[in-house]
Amino acid sequence: MTITTRPGPARPAAPSAPDALRLPGAGELGIGRATAAPLRREGPAKLTGLALYADDLVFPGAWYGATIRSTEPHATLQGFDFDADFDWSRVIVVTAEDIPGDNVVSLISDDQPILVPVGGTIRHQAEPLALLAAADRETLREARHRIRPRTERLEPVFDPLTSDQIFASYAMDKGDVDAGLAAADVVIEATYRVGHQEQLYIENQAMIATPREDGGMTVVGSLQCPYYVHKALKRALALDSGRAVVIQAETGGGFGGKEEYPSLIAVHAALLARRVNRPVRMIYDRHEDLAATTKRHPAIIRHRTGATSDGTIVAQDVDLVLDGGAYSTLTPVVLSRAAIHAGGPYDVANVRIRARAVATNTPPNGAFRGFGAPQSEFAAEMQVARIADALGLSPLDLRRRNIYQLGGTTPTGQVLREGVAAEEVLVRAAEASEFERTRERTSRERAVRADDDHQQTARGIGLALAWHGAGFTGSGEARMGSMASLELTADGVVRVLIANTEMGQGTKTIFPQLVARELGLDIDDVEMAPQDTSIVPDSGPTVASRTAMVVGGLIVTAARKLKDHVEERTGLPFAMSYRDDAATWGATRIDERFTPYPGEPFDDATYTGDAYPAFGWAAAVAEVDVDLDTGEVAVRSVVAVDDVGRVIHEVMAEGQVEGGTLQAVGYATIEEIKLHDGRYLNDRLATYLIPTALDAPRIETILVEAPFSGVPHGAKGIGELPMDVGAPAVVAAIHDATGVWIDDLPASPERILAALDGHPPPGPPGISTLADPSADPGTDR
Amino acid sequence: MSYQVTVNGVDFEIQAPGMRRLLDVLREELGLTGTKEGCGEGECGACTVLLDGEVVDACLVPICQADGRDVRTVEGLASASADGPILSPLQDAFLHAGGAQCGICTPGMLVAGQAFIDTGAEATDAAIREAIAGNLCRCTGYTKIVEAIAMAAAEGLT
Repeated sequence: MTITTRPGPARPAAPSAPDALRLPGAGELGIGRATAAPLRREGPAKLTGLALYADDLVFPGAWYGATIRSTEPHATLQGFDFDADFDWSRVIVVTAEDIPGDNVVSLISDDQPILVPVGGTIRHQAEPLALLAAADRETLREARHRIRPRTERLEPVFDPLTSDQIFASYAMDKGDVDAGLAAADVVIEATYRVGHQEQLYIENQAMIATPREDGGMTVVGSLQCPYYVHKALKRALALDSGRAVVIQAETGGGFGGKEEYPSLIAVHAALLARRVNRPVRMIYDRHEDLAATTKRHPAIIRHRTGATSDGTIVAQDVDLVLDGGAYSTLTPVVLSRAAIHAGGPYDVANVRIRARAVATNTPPNGAFRGFGAPQSEFAAEMQVARIADALGLSPLDLRRRNIYQLGGTTPTGQVLREGVAAEEVLVRAAEASEFERTRERTSRERAVRADDDHQQTARGIGLALAWHGAGFTGSGEARMGSMASLELTADGVVRVLIANTEMGQGTKTIFPQLVARELGLDIDDVEMAPQDTSIVPDSGPTVASRTAMVVGGLIVTAARKLKDHVEERTGLPFAMSYRDDAATWGATRIDERFTPYPGEPFDDATYTGDAYPAFGWAAAVAEVDVDLDTGEVAVRSVVAVDDVGRVIHEVMAEGQVEGGTLQAVGYATIEEIKLHDGRYLNDRLATYLIPTALDAPRIETILVEAPFSGVPHGAKGIGELPMDVGAPAVVAAIHDATGVWIDDLPASPERILAALDGHPPPGPPGISTLADPSADPGTDR
Repeated sequence: MSYQVTVNGVDFEIQAPGMRRLLDVLREELGLTGTKEGCGEGECGACTVLLDGEVVDACLVPICQADGRDVRTVEGLASASADGPILSPLQDAFLHAGGAQCGICTPGMLVAGQAFIDTGAEATDAAIREAIAGNLCRCTGYTKIVEAIAMAAAEGLT
């Protein structure tokens, strides 16, 4: 292919690098609202199309990689049939035998293979069995159809309630549940079922591996956690730390979906690159990404809740089952968060929580914003809504009577000593949305509608409240012992060295902002080192809303130490003297390692102690229109009130709340994966729907600050909080509009119509239908 | 086959099979990687470009259909200066309003937003949402994108 360039009417804007961009000065703005906060650091590169995501990177001579996957949910792999008519010399094939290290995707348990070995067991549809690489895409595409795994089918397990393989189980008890239930005036019992949810980052998973001259491997890609990939790469390729290098490319969204799965893709690309001895590009298309990568865990949650007639909740009995899919991935930790949050933000005297996560023959489920809490808090909030309804009390008043206050004790025995903002977020959400007044109106409308069945649309309003433990659960942070560094280089540049990634949430902007504030510098005087394991220390993964809180705390502390060092040496304020200090003394680097926050250590054996260093609190009020003929729900508006400890960057914090709220609205209304024979049926973007701008409600965000004293800057994290509270608010609003309770997510038109007609709900979400044994296994693909 | 395509004001003669996607020509032959691929089937809008001023998904347009026509991509939005490109009013509004988070939908969103502004239609909330309904964003909840387009449209009136 040749390209001839002719002089055109105008020269294109073709700058060589993003940093050549001219940022507008403050005086040139004059539009929109004034913000004191700095502009997104990598914003100009993203806005001009110059930011380089993995698939934008050019590696001369790179080959293309592909994955051969299982087409059965449970089987023994007996071997591969290679089409003898195909010229296999043009293709590299990698199987489990070619793995130099352990055939394990290193995470919590060693149960997941990188590739199923011949003689081994296939445990889910789309499981990786072999890898192919070719110099061009056409050859690769053809080769994929010329290799066929030989398998012997085994009986699959799809229903989590019948699975006898348990990944993890936890129990928590507070008070005496049976006595509490016996003393209750009303006991509400219900079972909630929630299905899968896809993260649906708009950039698909992508990794490029390049062999290094030292015999190691460099992997560049779309990822959240460079050191997770680093660990997996070292183990699979039997490399020492220095010869495995992981670099984050610009990343087009993660939401948890690029927490653990990138490790598998990186290892796949590296295994091929090692054999080809060239760079190998492993870029998923949307179909493969949807079919194979992790989703939010489906759950089945049974509640019995007792309350006295004055509206005091006296007992909560919760039984929670998570479907982990075929391998454990992060499931034990997801279950832990789901279980600890299962009662919701209410101080109830008698609580019993039983939680287990089990295996099914479906693709493994993993991390997704909220990490177990959206599932369990949906159920908890629907129970509270039902209790209010049963007692004829306002959902607002009932909550106010039962929420955690300062000094409250959680089911793990954690005493809430500070930063409890449950009441504040609740009251502010109710006020901003005129909740009580609107609710009076919608209930009048509902009464009128009962006499007039010609009305097609029903309006409703719903309220929900949530809490979200900030950072890792239990002893996770202490075990990890993250390190973050701040350096004053010999050239006089202040540089932040962390492994935490930018994926849209603002890491690259807020860290310079925090450091500049401590040191009295302009934000542009603070650099971010690239997220490259050969440069930055392991400051832990970019997950659990921990980056701003935990790593931000380390960096602020490091900045204070650096400031003290320099000012002691120079006798002058840091901003006036740091360049001279560097010229005289050379580089100064502060390595700040995590030390546990004050509080009661968490005991993993008894599930008691401080489960989290702090909690964030969120309330949401949603207004919906339900079409009574079609069952369709239009979410008109959401007022979202979130306590984030301290706001670092207002625009970005609002952006987190707005984005999380819409993901929750999607979870509540339209996002569902259907499965047949353990395979995701709607594995295309034409069939897995997420909200568009037209589906999105007007979102009003109110940020509340109840700071955490364990970190110098008070932040508690923000990313996951809004995800916990949106779905129950929407489903409560559907009840307010229609008078029917929807117990399964999403509250799809089918489920709403069935409830309106008094029919049982359509098939449970998240559970696969069985293959028809008489059907030809090839026909449904 | 040989095709004449004007991209961001520059004329190119492109030798390619007629069914090669405009998206691949832009990204792989012209090195204009600002236009992204999100789904390859016209659902997400990450590859939105203007073809003779019309909003299209570059993943659905074979290069033969772009022959003799004018293509505008995200790389054509900023204006050139000696110090490097200067952000357009819409890009500037996105930067200030927080309309870009992860940035992967941003190029397509900007192109769709610019096409809307160029129609001169009144920039109501509903009209803006309609204009970007073919562009999926998973980060922002769309609030700040709509705000940014409204800001830029309002600036164009003053």
